[in-house]
Amino acid sequence: MQDILFYVFAALTLVCGFLVVANPISRSPVTSALFLVLTIVSLSGLFVLLHAFFLAAVQIVVYAGAALVLFLFVIMMLDLKAEERRRITRLGLIGGGLVAVAMAWLFRVVPREAALVASGPAHVEGSTPALGALLFTQYLLPFEAISLVLVAGMVGAILLSRKEPS
Amino acid sequence: MDLLERLTPIEQSVTFGALKVVGVFAIVMFLVAYAVLIERRVCAAIQDRIGPNRAGPFGLLQPLADAVKAFLKEDFMPAQAHPVYFWLAPALVMIPSLLVVAVIPFGSTLGNPDNRMVIADLNIGILYTFGIASLGVYGIVLAGYAARSKYPLMGGIRSGAQMISYEIAMGLSLIPLFLLVGDLNLGAVIDYQARGLFGWLIFKQPLAFAIFLVAAFAETNRLPFDMPEAEQELAGGYNIEYSSIKFALFFMAEYAHMIAASAMLVTLFFGGWTLPFFGLDQPASTFWGGLLHIGIFLAKLLAMMVLFVWVRWMWPRFRYDQLMALGWTRLVPLALGNIVVTALWLWLKAG
Repeated sequence: MQDILFYVFAALTLVCGFLVVANPISRSPVTSALFLVLTIVSLSGLFVLLHAFFLAAVQIVVYAGAALVLFLFVIMMLDLKAEERRRITRLGLIGGGLVAVAMAWLFRVVPREAALVASGPAHVEGSTPALGALLFTQYLLPFEAISLVLVAGMVGAILLSRKEPS
Repeated sequence: MDLLERLTPIEQSVTFGALKVVGVFAIVMFLVAYAVLIERRVCAAIQDRIGPNRAGPFGLLQPLADAVKAFLKEDFMPAQAHPVYFWLAPALVMIPSLLVVAVIPFGSTLGNPDNRMVIADLNIGILYTFGIASLGVYGIVLAGYAARSKYPLMGGIRSGAQMISYEIAMGLSLIPLFLLVGDLNLGAVIDYQARGLFGWLIFKQPLAFAIFLVAAFAETNRLPFDMPEAEQELAGGYNIEYSSIKFALFFMAEYAHMIAASAMLVTLFFGGWTLPFFGLDQPASTFWGGLLHIGIFLAKLLAMMVLFVWVRWMWPRFRYDQLMALGWTRLVPLALGNIVVTALWLWLKAG
């Protein structure tokens, strides 16, 4: 049962991810954004299969529930007609292929070098209090660093969207 | 009963699971239909009218008549609309509120302690509800986009922005509760409240309750925050171009949201299926005791829904900029302050 569900969610993730970038039927950016939502929902299904319920829920709350809604807002407000006419270019294909190969190589090399596999999926698993305790003790510095990056991003967005004082 | 005992434990749990899903779905849909009648009767009482009383005794068949009317009306789709999204949007608005109910414990047990009256006893209960509820915004944004005309688009973006803004206040308002309870599971929240009337979290966290209640009104798009229905000022909202049963589906979704929000309020702040008298705060040991617990839960749910309806007919509508200012500059800082105060209090108490 678990295996079947894994294949279903993995296939959904891959198919929806493919349809985000290369949808043969519709070139509308809104459709792409909606397939990205489906990709994220199937990813959180994979997290559930790893018993990482907290990560699964946060994945949906943060990405599907907030980040992609803002994507949709921007797409609808800008009304990107030019995007719909654009075809896939040779440069895009080559660049995308290179990135895919690099990612595959990383996925092969990093677990071997960093010995992440040794601890196995048990690291993802665990109750919410355990995860919180880890974030505020062992991983406190990276956690705070990431929050600083987010603050910088927010300040940047406010600065960019501010009207020029005339 | 013989038939039940012949099943293996797995078959039994599957059977009970399916029964619970069907039962909860039936009750929620029934409540959605009759919430409209409650709304109209309460509204009539407030405005010193009689309200619908022609269809059946006391107007009890009115929801049926409304449904037939909604189906028979002309289903009009604008020529320039995007057909897939136009069909998808009403369903996407409806589905999340039906899914949220899955983690609400609506009773203790029916005598058998292994079979708890909740469809999915998740250890992240509350996060699940936030995750699913946050997907409801897609239906609204898509409904605005699908019609490809400017008023629905503005309305969709307005309501979408309203929902994601108030979701933040809503989520932050609940953190003090979970600092007190120490668990995200909704069953654990009810166990925590099962120690007398003043164990209910509304008395321990009145500020959190106030913020959550206001945010719940905004999330369900009800007055005083019902921009989509501001026809006179804003030409309506994301649902302008919809008609017939698709239009009705948006309103059914509003009532389903209201039921989900009421169920959350009852579970989080009013002790769920417990009552602090006659030992009703312990899981039931008999079948009838279990039914009584479900009855208590439904009674509290109905009381919350009447509150939602009552507020709707008593309050004027907020202006959009006032709504955003209230959410971001009042509720979010208040909720953050509440978290800090609660954490400090727990820290001092722990020594």
